Amino acid sequence: MKNHWWKVVGVFLVLYSLYAGLANDVPRLAILNETIRNIYFHVPMWFTMMFLYGVSVVYSIIHLSKFEMKSDMVADYAARTGMAFGFLGLFTGMIWAQFTWGSFWVSDTKLNGSAATMLVYAAYFVLRNSVEDEQKRARIAAVYNIFSFVLMLVFIMVLPRLTDSLHPGNGGNPAFAAYDLDNNMRLVFYPAVTGWILTGLWMMQLQIRIQKIKTYLESK
Amino acid sequence: MRRKVDFFNHFRNAMKTFIALLRKEMMIEWRHKNSIAGILMYVISTVFISYMSFAGILPSHTWNALFWIIMVFASVNAIAKSFMSESRGLQLFYFIIADPRQYILSKIIFNTVFLMGVSLLCFLFYSLLLGNPVQNVGMYLIGIIFGSMAFASVLTLISAIASRANNSVTLMAVLGIPLLLPLLVIVIKFSKNAMDGLAWSVNLQNLMLLVAVNVMTIALSYMLFPYLWKE
Repeated sequence: MKNHWWKVVGVFLVLYSLYAGLANDVPRLAILNETIRNIYFHVPMWFTMMFLYGVSVVYSIIHLSKFEMKSDMVADYAARTGMAFGFLGLFTGMIWAQFTWGSFWVSDTKLNGSAATMLVYAAYFVLRNSVEDEQKRARIAAVYNIFSFVLMLVFIMVLPRLTDSLHPGNGGNPAFAAYDLDNNMRLVFYPAVTGWILTGLWMMQLQIRIQKIKTYLESK
Repeated sequence: MRRKVDFFNHFRNAMKTFIALLRKEMMIEWRHKNSIAGILMYVISTVFISYMSFAGILPSHTWNALFWIIMVFASVNAIAKSFMSESRGLQLFYFIIADPRQYILSKIIFNTVFLMGVSLLCFLFYSLLLGNPVQNVGMYLIGIIFGSMAFASVLTLISAIASRANNSVTLMAVLGIPLLLPLLVIVIKFSKNAMDGLAWSVNLQNLMLLVAVNVMTIALSYMLFPYLWKE
């Protein structure tokens, strides 16, 4: 139990955010109406994705300094899990956009940035698949991962702040304050983010274990 | 005192190798004129295709976007051969005589100059055939120069990665184009403002951002390339 408490916390927080997110009182705002509850589900997906991509880059750097295959594996599976959360974020965002902005896809810097991030990580997996030799693959992939992560940060962190966006917190649009992320909402939002990040880490860990078992069985 | 002299000598030697590498790039390019000619033909025929399909029906903002789309594909093709034309043995030889960091810097600088030339020529043909609605040509040219600089520095490392992976131009496009997107957004905005004749005070922010991204990319390539080079 000593090493597993965080998984319990993660699952508990996600379940809590599911319940409280659907049942608690939320501020009544025009246009948003009840869709404001999506903030508990849409935003944590992106936070988790960025967190996992961050893990992936850190392990890529570790790989380049130590040349351990273990860290390359973590970098790979962190990126895969991050991509899954990215798809979920895109999906929940598209539903939200349909009900508030009137269309599944609108031209917005944040949307373009996230789509480009998907492309970059898809390219990362294409690159991994195109190299046969394991050591070589690990090193090349690590270099690409670090290089592209920094460029992507420019796209999704710097650019949206310089242009107009429909998202809050960008180009003159006020940040969460506009949604009146009052203290009641914070009580659900922050646990939701923490819970999804922990769940994401657990998913990544499980995938790595499955992969380890697979390689063990193959080598036998 | 002695330390100082050593440092100076070291710096002078490094510069010597660097300049030799740069000269080598240019001489190879000059001797294999077919690769330059190939890229020029690529650009000219792409511009001609746009002319055949867009002449007379091209609004000015689309004119700008089309130009940059042509530039993206031209630069991917121009820089793709940067590492692919070198055999393993030749790369091993460079590895022995030079520092990989000097090597990547010389490649980046050569590709920058090369791409600037290609893009200026492309601009010339493009405005010759499709007209030139740009109001502030000087600013637009600065946009082209800095834009091709940024494209070249991103694509040089990508070309090295692609050549280490499986040496295909497809992989180069797959890896490179997503990374060009943020640069493309900035440079299209900058050149659109130049086309509309806006003042420098409005547009300087975009140029600074482009330069900042460029410096960052070169620094990253400088740090990461040695890892790519090791076998």
